[in-house]
Amino acid sequence: MNSLNAYFIIGISVFFILGIKLLASPKTARIGNLVAAAGMLFALLTLHTPAGEYVWSVWTFNYTLIAIATLIGLAIGAFGAYSVKMTAMPQMVAMFNGAGGGAAALVASLEFIKPEQPGNMPLFIAISMLFATLIGSLSFSGSIIAFLKLEGKFEKPYTFPGQNILNGLILIVILGLCGWLACNTSDSNTATAFIIVFVLALFFGVAMVMPIGGADMPVVISLLNSFTGLAVAADGFAINNMAMVVAGTLVGSSGTLLTLLMCKAMNRPVTNVLFGAFGSGGGAGAAGATDLAGRTVKPIQADEVAVLLAYAQQVVIVPGYGMAVAQAQHQVAELSDELGKRGVEVRFAIHPVAGRMPGHMNVLLAEANIPYEQLCEMEAINPTMDRVDVCLVIGANDVVNPAAREDKSSPIYGMPIIDADHAKTVIVMKRSMAAGFAGIENLLFYKDNTRMLFGDAKASLNALVAQVKAS
Amino acid sequence: MDSNSIFIFVLAVFVGIEVISKVPSMLHTPLMSGTNAIHGIILFGGILVLAKAAPNDPLALTLGFIAVVFGSANVFGGFMVTDRMLQMFKKKK
Repeated sequence: MNSLNAYFIIGISVFFILGIKLLASPKTARIGNLVAAAGMLFALLTLHTPAGEYVWSVWTFNYTLIAIATLIGLAIGAFGAYSVKMTAMPQMVAMFNGAGGGAAALVASLEFIKPEQPGNMPLFIAISMLFATLIGSLSFSGSIIAFLKLEGKFEKPYTFPGQNILNGLILIVILGLCGWLACNTSDSNTATAFIIVFVLALFFGVAMVMPIGGADMPVVISLLNSFTGLAVAADGFAINNMAMVVAGTLVGSSGTLLTLLMCKAMNRPVTNVLFGAFGSGGGAGAAGATDLAGRTVKPIQADEVAVLLAYAQQVVIVPGYGMAVAQAQHQVAELSDELGKRGVEVRFAIHPVAGRMPGHMNVLLAEANIPYEQLCEMEAINPTMDRVDVCLVIGANDVVNPAAREDKSSPIYGMPIIDADHAKTVIVMKRSMAAGFAGIENLLFYKDNTRMLFGDAKASLNALVAQVKAS
Repeated sequence: MDSNSIFIFVLAVFVGIEVISKVPSMLHTPLMSGTNAIHGIILFGGILVLAKAAPNDPLALTLGFIAVVFGSANVFGGFMVTDRMLQMFKKKK
């Protein structure tokens, strides 16, 4: 690395670090994203080969290919980014992440099977390449499965007896082959062994995500995002590009922390999410110890709810994935507006893992022009819940289930929840009595102060808006 | 391998943890999306390997080409989708 290039790397790093830092505040987030993008442009313009040659000083046939490929990627990315519905945002992030993982694996593979100097490569370089191949392809196939699960294809956990053992065996075979490859980079069987590693890693990505239920996809996507970051960093080591090392590592470490924060919010260790999926152990736990027999839910009609809301002082709305599915965020905003005009104080309680991604609800509500001052985090809203007149739960389930506080045998016992049941009246808007994503009975529905408003969220909300206006 | 690159790696690990620990949960999706775009820097890895691929080596050209397409989709799509999310975080007029 010559000294000018070193300054470029420092500049690129500052752009990325500053970008992520600005992304951390609602006021500067958009600028932060642009700063990071500017860093990327800067990195593109100053791109040097490991030998220190300026990449754009020549133009060969390969550069024409680069230009075509970049434009194709740009078209795919732009189409995906601007055509996707806001509710499908998590899937889109999963897809882009998968593309990055695939690219990381391909770059490392090419470097490995076509090294610049023949003969055994240094052990550290070989390990970096194998790591990038392994993690990159795992992230690629895992992201595709995560995407399909969020699209509603086989979203139930897919398990069979001995699955963890089989996955463990595959992992051992992969690591064994990698160990052999790292020490024998110029053996005649290298290419074969390498292809086996590549294919097994792709399969392992599928096998890793398949047993995990759709509700845990946020954690999985976050984890795969940090995986791709690490794969990119390993690629950076392999081809001696420090900008890639810095950017990849930043993503890897911040993504890992984000993953742990999400697991913490669900009160589950990350190992439990990955290897002990709710589905496999949930069969017995789903019933729980609390006897619900003989207890019934109390339905309510929209006109009664409208009166309750219109004459309340404080209303808290708890949105969940059901709101996203029904695309009801605009109706929610309209209702909130109407109530606001009548002097009702409306706040939104956002559980950290509501929806399919942390912040999923914020994105949807922001799309509907609800000011973010009205969005409250769980810790802020829970102490005030006793003073709330009406708590309106729209398509949320597990995140308001008091079983997390009361039922020690419940699989979600100990998970922090929004204390919806502490409000004077709780209205739960729900399509039917089906259990939530975790397959657990919700004790909230059976509380004395709970009323159920059955039906499609969008239709119910339209009725509510009309009747609040009228009353 | 030189100790410099390891040094950079270790520092970046800590910086990555430090910058994210202050993010409110409402920004987690945009943040995940934004960091997702940043690892799109793999595009340059793709460019570097494709640039030096031998013109008579269809395997290297093909794999490099796919890597660049993927990397490009990651970086452009990532920043665009993040921007689209964030432009909705605005105050009520």
